Amino acid sequence: MSTVAPGRAGVTAATRRAAERTGPVTQPRDGLHPGAWWIWATGLAVAASRTTNPILLSLILAVTGYVAAVQAHTRLFGFFLRLATVVVALRMALAVIFTSGLPGHVVVALPQVPVPDILVGLHIGGPVTVEALLNASYGALQLAALILAIGAAVAIADPRSLLRLLPAALYEMGVAVAVALSVAPELATAARRVRRARRLRGEPDRGLVSWIRSALPVLHGALERSINLAAAMDARGFGRRGSAPRWRRRLVTAGLVVGLLATAAASYALLTPGTPGGVGLPLAGGGALLAALAVLVGRADTVRTRYRPPRWTPASWIVAAAGCAAAAGVISAGHIDAAALNPTGYPPVLPATPGIAVAGILAAAVPVVISHTTPDMRRIRARTGRPNREGK
Amino acid sequence: MITFERVTFRYPETDRPVLNGVTLTIPEGELTLVVGGTGSGKSTLLRAVNGLVPHFTGGHLAGRVIVAGRDTRDHPPRELADIVGYVGQDPAAGFVTDTVEDELAYAMEWLGVPPATMRRRVEDTLDLLDLSALRSRRLGDLSGGEQQRVAIGAVLTAGPRILVLDEPTSALDPPAAEEVLAVLTRLVHDLGMTVLVAEHRLERIVQYADRILLLPGDGRVVAESPAAAMAVSPLAPPVVHLARLAGWHPVPLSIRDARRHAEPLRDRLATLTAAAANGTHRSPAALSEPTAHHDGLRRPTPDPVVDVRRLTAGYDGRPALRDVTIRVDPGEIVAVMGRNGAGKTTLLAHIAGLAVPWRGDVRVCGAAPHRLSAGELVRCVGFVPHEPSDLFYADTVAGELADLPDGLSTLQAIAPDIEPRRHPRDLSEGEQLAVALAVVLARRPRVLALDEPTRGLDYAAKARLAALLRTLARSGTAILLATHDVELAAEVATRTVVLAEGEVVADGPTASVVTATPAFAPQVARILHPLPWLTVADVAAALAGRR
Repeated sequence: MSTVAPGRAGVTAATRRAAERTGPVTQPRDGLHPGAWWIWATGLAVAASRTTNPILLSLILAVTGYVAAVQAHTRLFGFFLRLATVVVALRMALAVIFTSGLPGHVVVALPQVPVPDILVGLHIGGPVTVEALLNASYGALQLAALILAIGAAVAIADPRSLLRLLPAALYEMGVAVAVALSVAPELATAARRVRRARRLRGEPDRGLVSWIRSALPVLHGALERSINLAAAMDARGFGRRGSAPRWRRRLVTAGLVVGLLATAAASYALLTPGTPGGVGLPLAGGGALLAALAVLVGRADTVRTRYRPPRWTPASWIVAAAGCAAAAGVISAGHIDAAALNPTGYPPVLPATPGIAVAGILAAAVPVVISHTTPDMRRIRARTGRPNREGK
Repeated sequence: MITFERVTFRYPETDRPVLNGVTLTIPEGELTLVVGGTGSGKSTLLRAVNGLVPHFTGGHLAGRVIVAGRDTRDHPPRELADIVGYVGQDPAAGFVTDTVEDELAYAMEWLGVPPATMRRRVEDTLDLLDLSALRSRRLGDLSGGEQQRVAIGAVLTAGPRILVLDEPTSALDPPAAEEVLAVLTRLVHDLGMTVLVAEHRLERIVQYADRILLLPGDGRVVAESPAAAMAVSPLAPPVVHLARLAGWHPVPLSIRDARRHAEPLRDRLATLTAAAANGTHRSPAALSEPTAHHDGLRRPTPDPVVDVRRLTAGYDGRPALRDVTIRVDPGEIVAVMGRNGAGKTTLLAHIAGLAVPWRGDVRVCGAAPHRLSAGELVRCVGFVPHEPSDLFYADTVAGELADLPDGLSTLQAIAPDIEPRRHPRDLSEGEQLAVALAVVLARRPRVLALDEPTRGLDYAAKARLAALLRTLARSGTAILLATHDVELAAEVATRTVVLAEGEVVADGPTASVVTATPAFAPQVARILHPLPWLTVADVAAALAGRR
């Protein structure tokens, strides 16, 4: 889903063929703001974390999968799909092996393994009940919904595109993260090359000795690459500074980090049921204020500008709001009827399903419709050719 | 624009200065070509212009380098980024972002260019370098020529007055190299930019140069006009060697100038050809073979050492070779040519047993190479990858060869002056290639496959490589050579195979294949067209035979 620039006469057949072969792999510039997608995914994740109701969780899974299928980088989402499957399988296997010991309808009775008395309440083997299986499957569904929500965000909006949004004061940290992220694939490539070379030299390309002997050239190559990268970045102006004194820059960075940490801690407190709301709200407010202040001061100090930063369009509002609707629906349903949100499987009956939660989750599917309208919006914008401005 | 004042530079832990008392001035708006053998300090000179030497390399720099009024001693590379655009030897290693558009914008973001201006410059640069169709592509998916153009574009957007390029065409096929050089001359002529280029393949660029900096290798730098420099330089393209042989004055640097001089020579050679047809004189190799060979017409030999039949293969589900059939006999030198991404490396990788065919059959020494054990494989095929240093893991040259029975003696035969105690990664490209060849040849393989062996080699190293390949072929080794270097192919290859989009589009004697289209024709063939001579040595031999 990317716009292809109007074809120029000079485009060679080879480039065109190559473009068809690989296809556009990056996010379109004028697509939705990546932050909107992360808010959407966070909303779904919050909704999933507040309930073990299998119907609601299935709905969340369905909505996430549907939107991801329309919007996401398929291969990347497939990876998270496999991860979720593995987690669910593991959770169910644990439920069969470590039985609860609670009474219920027995499905199958496994031989029980004796456990020392110190480990009170631990049962290995023994009767597997419908109730225990149901309970475990609710938990497994919840984990799967959380994993897929994050997976959808990663697959739709590359986390690296978020790095571009970092305020100037945090930019260098962001670069360190980006370089660190690129090290693993870099090492893998180097390792493949070296093992190939070992085969070319007529030496075994498998086995421990081979691995030890190839470690040196692999590390050597990775080190060389990172030195080259540092030189290249420097030669292109990386690290050029405005006139602000060093102490002030450090103060800005420190203020931003502390503010963000406080906000994160506060949101954890707010989202965890049972924590008194009195702590969370002031902490969140104070943290956000500190961070905003640091960003403002930091922006005045820096000379760095941004090329085509993603813009927060009306469509971005809709996507973000859709995710929030899911969270709001489930949370408010919890205030009305907490029991319906957390069925245990004892007894094994279909739990009641709060309508407001269902409505909220279904609203989170709205971004599917949005996607069909954005290409037109992109075309209109391309025609007016309005330059993107940074918000200052 | 660029001034060196008595610059002497020594790398850390070395005694010999790479640059010694260099004083020179490069005026604005000139295309200056830096010429010198491997290890003569070309890259050091270039990197001193934007301060990478000494800020990133360490070492001791005496004297001053002034670039547009700024002393590189006080200005690290980042403070020069708005004046000097530097493109290193391997463009891919210099990329700092993931996509074409981000790469073009990177330097401007750091220079604080206003967003509206940034957008315009990116669009203009995309148009200038013909990159519009690639704007959202990932940098890793681009071909070599495209990467090189993006790398140039990425420094151009910052609006530098000086462009410094280290071997910009060495990894490129002839048409892609011409594209890049066309861009450079446009920048000089249309924008008045100062361009400083180091390049081994003089035949590609010398005609565009306004001035030549000659590095003899002793730390000196001599500035000359191109004609004066080429009249005496030991490093010279074939056109200059031909001019010296024929006694043309002034020395022509372009094919056009040479053809104007070449009329009498062509006449002389034409009479020789006629005489050769009567069987009274030694004829050039090209004439002794039938002129038109095609795939099916080649007489099948009973025992080819490499036998590839209808091979279809690729990577990650993308086909790189389609229905390729190639046979190589013992003692043949086959050049595999074609544009970047045509499938040359893939073909060699399959012959070297590094990849598994999708369909079709690969037999080397009578066996499927990918099924051979590593020990059996190396006695049959020796493969030198395009980064010879991939083969190295020891910390001395002697260590690399220690496990091999004839290792050191093989190296002695190839390159006697390499000190066995040196670190393999400190060697020049030519020396690294020699050590890699020694590693591979010590096993006495029946087939030798070389992937792009002339990258970074100067003319002397190339001549040594050509001599070695001929000796090996005479002793019955079959040699496959994937290369962009038409001059090398013309010199050594008995047969040339051209791949395009994974298919064999030509397979026949080198003389008829490389002269069939101008893109892959060597300089001598272009000058003497329609006569069939390919190299200066051929012409010299023909003229000597007459006397």
